[in-house]
Amino acid sequence: MIICITARAGGMDAQAEQRFARAPYFTFVNTETGASESIENPLIDASGGVGPRAVQMLSDRGVTVVITGHVGGNAARALAAGGFKVFAYPGSGSVADALAAYNAGNLQPISLA
Amino acid sequence: MKIAIASGKGGTGKSTVAANLAWVLARSRDIVLVDCDVEEPNLHLYFPAEETDVPVTALVPEIDFERCNFCGECGKFCRFGALAVVKDTVLTFPYLCHSCGGCALVCPRGAIKEVPRTIGKVSCSRPLPRLVLITGVLNEGEVLAPSVIKAAKVFAEGHPLIMYDASPGIACPVIDTLEGSDYCLLVTESTPFGLHDLRLAAGVAEELGIPAGVVINRSDGKDEETVAFCREHDLPILATIPFSREIASIQNRGGLIARDLPGWEERFAALSDAILEVGP
Repeated sequence: MIICITARAGGMDAQAEQRFARAPYFTFVNTETGASESIENPLIDASGGVGPRAVQMLSDRGVTVVITGHVGGNAARALAAGGFKVFAYPGSGSVADALAAYNAGNLQPISLA
Repeated sequence: MKIAIASGKGGTGKSTVAANLAWVLARSRDIVLVDCDVEEPNLHLYFPAEETDVPVTALVPEIDFERCNFCGECGKFCRFGALAVVKDTVLTFPYLCHSCGGCALVCPRGAIKEVPRTIGKVSCSRPLPRLVLITGVLNEGEVLAPSVIKAAKVFAEGHPLIMYDASPGIACPVIDTLEGSDYCLLVTESTPFGLHDLRLAAGVAEELGIPAGVVINRSDGKDEETVAFCREHDLPILATIPFSREIASIQNRGGLIARDLPGWEERFAALSDAILEVGP
């Protein structure tokens, strides 16, 4: 399973980001291997329509779980269609903290309806 | 002759000037007034009349799921996020689509057809015997203002005297309005913001090679900076309208100062003469 956590910068120690498609970085964690990888969000300066584009990007990377703060309407529709499980990490901790909270079952799912 | 009215800053009085000029011109000749401020058209408030509406459509993608294999090329191509291929489905977001047609071109399976979708309308009316008003109206939430502006301009095409009232700003809708104009009247106001945006709007007219002149509206009598700017840039100041409660109250009830306030028909007639003198 691949989890995507929205982040302010690369790496597990970077602060988690509340915005979804406008997050500066996406960090991917493969729960089978424990490997993580961060990419700079290529859509950060795009004028609009970033939600659906970000979701397609995550879909192409095989992501099934997303941890973020807030999700816009267009992104929510695409995430729902793709069968993603989306969780809210409301804290100001790191990507690692967000992942730990998810693993501990402490995160609430974000409603995509 | 095609005259465009622009300002940069919103609320300087573009529509006031356009409506009064059109009213004065329609006293002696046929004129078509085109409201190109399609996100908030307001000239119809000065000229209430029965309207005939024609819908404006834009092409948006429709997916043939018999052919689509979810390769994702369309979604990767679309910079506006109007399509997203997620898992085994293609989502379309028609209100994000800019109708470029690129998705249909890049689809290797020929699975995308472009279908028309209504994004606004053009309303036509004849409020005065010699005045035709054409209003572009973009539906709320839509992005394709230029498509409605182009449609509204097409309806006026071929008339000897056309006036375009632009939207505020200097982005695509204003460029589309100014395109093909013979003259650009820039309406500014006696404020630092008015001058700041006059500078931008004058730059656009210059870039497009359209001769321009200036109207200073709501003048408090302290227009030295604006006057200096106009002198530096060879922009003639064709009229100055004072900041006056009397003018504001006529405006506020949808009135026309050229019609309702003594002395102003002559002043707008002089303004129209100065513009028409430039000719196409």
